[in-house]
Amino acid sequence: MFLAKIFITRRRSILDPQGKAVELGIKSIGLENISDVRIDKYIELKINDSVYASAVQSIEKVCNDLLANSHLEDFTYELIEL
Amino acid sequence: MKFGVVIFPGSNCDYDSFHVLKRILKAETVFLFHKEDSLQNCDAIVLPGGFSYGDYLRTGSIARFTPIMQEVIAFAINGGIVIGICNGFQILCESNLLPGVLIKNENLRFKCFDTFLRVENNKTSFTKNFHSNEVVKFPIAHGDGCYFTEEETLVSLEKNEQILLKYCDRHGNITPDSNPNGSVANIAGICNEKKNVFGLMPHPERCSESILGSTDGIKIFESIFNNN
Repeated sequence: MFLAKIFITRRRSILDPQGKAVELGIKSIGLENISDVRIDKYIELKINDSVYASAVQSIEKVCNDLLANSHLEDFTYELIEL
Repeated sequence: MKFGVVIFPGSNCDYDSFHVLKRILKAETVFLFHKEDSLQNCDAIVLPGGFSYGDYLRTGSIARFTPIMQEVIAFAINGGIVIGICNGFQILCESNLLPGVLIKNENLRFKCFDTFLRVENNKTSFTKNFHSNEVVKFPIAHGDGCYFTEEETLVSLEKNEQILLKYCDRHGNITPDSNPNGSVANIAGICNEKKNVFGLMPHPERCSESILGSTDGIKIFESIFNNN
C-alpha cells in the first residue's frame, strides 16, 4: 500500500483567480510585502499495490487522465510506502 | 432525425434543450442519463449547460468518464453529430473531442447577458442555416468561459476553418470590447477537424423562441435537423 501526495499546480502563464483574490485580501489587511499568491491543489490518495513501479504507473495515469489538465496544470507527487 | 440530450448530475439546461428540440423544432428527442451505456440510436447528441458533477476538480473533467460519455466519444470519433453548449463545450474539451480548454473569465466575473456573434463558417452541419458573416445575438451565462489554447493550435483552427462563432460588436466587428471573457481571438464556438463536433459557450436554446426576445438560436438546431 502506498500513500500518494499529489500537487496540481497551475502554470504560471495561466491566471490563478483564487490566488489573485486572496492577494487582494492580503493587501486589504495592510500587508504590502506579500505578493505572488498562488493557490494550487493538494490531493491525497491510497494505492493498493505492493510494487513501486506499478504504483507509479497508476498515479501517472490518474494525474494525466483526470486530476490535471495538461493545457493548464503540471503535477508532482510523493509516494510513501505504508 | 432523433436527438439525445444527456443529463449529468448538475446539468441545468437539459430541459431547455429538450423543449426546443421536441416542441419548437418538433424533432424526436429523448433524454440520455449519464449512467446509460446506449445512445438509443440517436442521430445527434446534445451536451447541455450546467455544472456537471458540481464542476469539482475542473469544469467538465469528471463528466468525461461517465458511461454515456464513452458512447458519445465513440459516436463522435465515428463521425456522429455532437453539440456541447456551455458546460457541454467544457466537457468536449476535457474529452479531447475539441482542442483547448475553458478557463475562468478574464475579469473573474460571472457574465450573464446577450452577446453578438459573427458566423465565421456557415458551411458546417451546425451553421448551414446562417449567412456567411451573419451577426446574431445569443445570451451567455458563465464563469469559466474563456477559451484558451496555444498559438500553434489557434493557427490550425483558423487554417481548417474550425472557428464557427466569434464574439463581435453589433456591426460584426471583432473587437476587444466585444469579448466578454477574454477568449483567445474572440472565440465563442469551435468545431473539430471533421466538422461533426461543435462546442460553444453562448446558449442557442435560450434564444430559440420569439417569447424569449430572439429566435437566432433555433438556426443552430435547424441546421442540424435539416442538413443531416
